[in-house]
Amino acid sequence: MATPARELLQESVHTPHLDDAVDEVFRLMMGVPCFPVEQSAAEGKETITAVIGLAGAMSGACTLRCDLQAALRMAECMVGTRPPELDAMVKDAIGEVCNMVAGAWKGKHPTLASGCMLSTPAVVTGTNYQLHMQQQEFRIDRNYHFEEHTISVSIICEAIQ
Amino acid sequence: MSEIAALIVDDSSVMRKIVERALRQAGLPLSKVHEASSGVEALDLLKNERVQLILSDINMPMMDGLEFLRQMRAQELATDVPVVMITTESSEEHVKEAILSGAQGYIRKPFTAEQVKERVLPLLDLA
Repeated sequence: MATPARELLQESVHTPHLDDAVDEVFRLMMGVPCFPVEQSAAEGKETITAVIGLAGAMSGACTLRCDLQAALRMAECMVGTRPPELDAMVKDAIGEVCNMVAGAWKGKHPTLASGCMLSTPAVVTGTNYQLHMQQQEFRIDRNYHFEEHTISVSIICEAIQ
Repeated sequence: MSEIAALIVDDSSVMRKIVERALRQAGLPLSKVHEASSGVEALDLLKNERVQLILSDINMPMMDGLEFLRQMRAQELATDVPVVMITTESSEEHVKEAILSGAQGYIRKPFTAEQVKERVLPLLDLA
């Protein structure tokens, strides 16, 4: 028989929570709205991906992927000055955005709010790479638009305790 | 209004900048803002510097914010200084743990400057 936590951990429940979490983080920390779109963040170009590990009631990861221009703009919105290139400060900013999205998303579900812990962020740059997990309970992939930029956010649930 | 020195503890330099900006937007009369990127660095700093307010992240590598708070109290550093935790962890259990560890306030990320003002100002004696 399914546990209450398992019954609640359905993609249909979590997708609206993720949309709300992303918009909340962008509005409060960057002063810009961010809304879901169909189009995904640019494929083939160099991308920056922040990863936050999830452990406890749910194990898996939250990732945020974007291109260089989107990353520079997010960092600019957060600190007030435009960074000249993809430096440590930009990676730090993208990691923090992913961290806040993961935290805001899990905070909307009582079981996860108290029972799921977040890792510190890791940031990866490159082209055509994928995050692979041994097994997947479910996965949410969403694309969002802010100003003229697109970002992709994923929640990958590896296991539910 | 008397000026205050604040200490911001966060492994993210971007978040330290954002928190400092929020404190300034909140109208706090800041004489100096010290920064530490870890609990260990913050403990070292408090041995030599006097501050009137501490804001600390919880989720940090090596020594997390709660352990920093416990170590600070155990070493009797900044004993009369209010500490506000700023974190993505928002459950009642996390808030309770922070308060039991000695924090006087709690701010959830993402936050607004107004929220920082509401949580921090009542903790300070600015007369």
